[in-house]
Amino acid sequence: MKKRSLAHNNATTSPVKKNKILKEIRNNYQLFLLILPPLAYIIIFKYIPMYGVQLAFKDFVATKGIFGSPWVGLKHFDRFVNSYFFPRVMKNTIGVSLYGLIAGFPFPILLALALNSTRNKLYRKTVQMSTYLPHFISTVTMVGMVMQFLNPRFGMLAEVAKFFGKEPLNYIGIPKYFKSIYVWSNIWQDTGWGTIIYLAALSAIDPSLQEAAIVDGAGRFKRIIHIDIPGILPTIVIMLILRSGRIMNVGFENIFLLQNQLNLPASEVISTYVYKVGLGGDKGMIPNFPFATAVDLFNSVINISLLLSMNWISKRLTDSSLW
Amino acid sequence: MTKKIKISRKDIMFYLINDGFLFIFLIVTLYPMIYFLSSSFSSPRAIIMGKVWLWPVEFTLKGYKAVFQDSYIMTGYRNTIFYTIAGTMLNVVLTIMAAYPLSRKDFKLRNTIMMIFAFTMLFGGGLVPTYLLITNLGLKNNWLVMVIPGAITVRNVIITRTFYQSNIADEMLEAAKIDGCSDFQFIRMVVIPLSKSITAVMVLFYAVGHWNSFFNAFLYITKRSLYPLQLVLRDILIKNALDASGMDDSRTYADNQNIEELLKYSLIVVSAFPVMCLYPFVQKHFVKGVMIGAIKG
Repeated sequence: MKKRSLAHNNATTSPVKKNKILKEIRNNYQLFLLILPPLAYIIIFKYIPMYGVQLAFKDFVATKGIFGSPWVGLKHFDRFVNSYFFPRVMKNTIGVSLYGLIAGFPFPILLALALNSTRNKLYRKTVQMSTYLPHFISTVTMVGMVMQFLNPRFGMLAEVAKFFGKEPLNYIGIPKYFKSIYVWSNIWQDTGWGTIIYLAALSAIDPSLQEAAIVDGAGRFKRIIHIDIPGILPTIVIMLILRSGRIMNVGFENIFLLQNQLNLPASEVISTYVYKVGLGGDKGMIPNFPFATAVDLFNSVINISLLLSMNWISKRLTDSSLW
Repeated sequence: MTKKIKISRKDIMFYLINDGFLFIFLIVTLYPMIYFLSSSFSSPRAIIMGKVWLWPVEFTLKGYKAVFQDSYIMTGYRNTIFYTIAGTMLNVVLTIMAAYPLSRKDFKLRNTIMMIFAFTMLFGGGLVPTYLLITNLGLKNNWLVMVIPGAITVRNVIITRTFYQSNIADEMLEAAKIDGCSDFQFIRMVVIPLSKSITAVMVLFYAVGHWNSFFNAFLYITKRSLYPLQLVLRDILIKNALDASGMDDSRTYADNQNIEELLKYSLIVVSAFPVMCLYPFVQKHFVKGVMIGAIKG
């Protein structure tokens, strides 16, 4: 802003143009004024915590605050990597994520292809509308529904088990079922919503390709194989790459709400572990701020490097990337 | 001619299978929702006995009565409505304030500020430093914590900015400037009226986010009178911490137990109801928002 006005000042002296310059400065001033509150928000609520990440390399002394506490190097990272929880938490995080990716990834694609090939517009709209719906259910409500569904006393699954003459189990308390419960409830909730991007890619396919194939005598199924799927392949590849970039990034809410003492061996992931060691969790453990910050940072660094490398691969392979 | 019929016959098979496939998706999606809706209208006895499969059994509104009589739930409901309205208003105003300057090619600081914003999508301070900041700011157990820490979502700023870039022509700005229009006037008289659809998308994205948000309240609110609906839901649905015994003295303990079970179903319906009702009307807008976000996310 300053630079430009200076340049203009040097070049011109006439009062009319000077007026113009003043006006431009004032205009930009207005834009700056507009963006100031959002910028202040971002700096306070995003950048100050980033500065606080140094806690990961310090021992927290409450009286000295984050910035005055003594440096201890990589002590907390060292402790985490060598801790009893490390293999468990890593295994669960990657396991639940990978399971979700492998099981969940194909569904939106299949649904989008099927939606795109149905001839009845009303039917298509109905299916679309209905499958988008679960996306808007809150995590807490969703977990509540899962709990009711799995309730060993009068949940639906218990009734089904009784119908087949089996003793209903407390499914949510059995570690080996945890990942499936988490993954499949997510699939139920997000498959419909996930089709949006594929449907858009499908609608962008040149209709003349379809017409040409019809003239050549290709049936609808053949056209899916030879036109639709190749048409959305770049989108599929990007989505796959981006999802695998987030493989270590498992959200907190869903897992945490599904957790209980019994399924903990299978359900403790990095984000829930950070919460428990950092803020004490529910049971009144002694909070360890620096250690939790270190675990969090460890995870963030892995996330960023994964995302950046996957983005780089995507750029090389498909010529498209996040930015 | 004959060939054509043969092809379409093969296709008919395909369409049948395809529509059947879609039907499976439809049923799998809708059935659980219908089941919960029907259960919420059934008698406690029918639920305990596992008699509800598709339609309500022994139709009753007892569950809803229990929900609306519970002051804990109603307080949560009121709080959430308040947080959603206040939060969404702040969100939308700040998002427009950020998105418009960032969409202006002649705004020199545009790229720098964009970088500052976008970097936060990649890296954050994490749980503990954020927690310490919020605590130091005195926002713990303060209703403002439901509004201020999530005041802007960078992704939404980018979506809005992209919309402005492709829908507010440069010529319009030039013409307005020649007529002596200031930036503030231009936003008020041109940008906002011309971008109603993206504003609607923002209102919806943020409002649904507030309605469903759990994490901030969970971390920073321990006072029950400030609880949003989602925390109340967690107590009742997941932690089973409902005490229904005080609701009606005339019932026995067992009756109360059963009512509690029914109440859960009704509560699930009541909590999801506002968003679900709104949804068919705004579905198009949502999809539009997702698309803009996906193209230039």
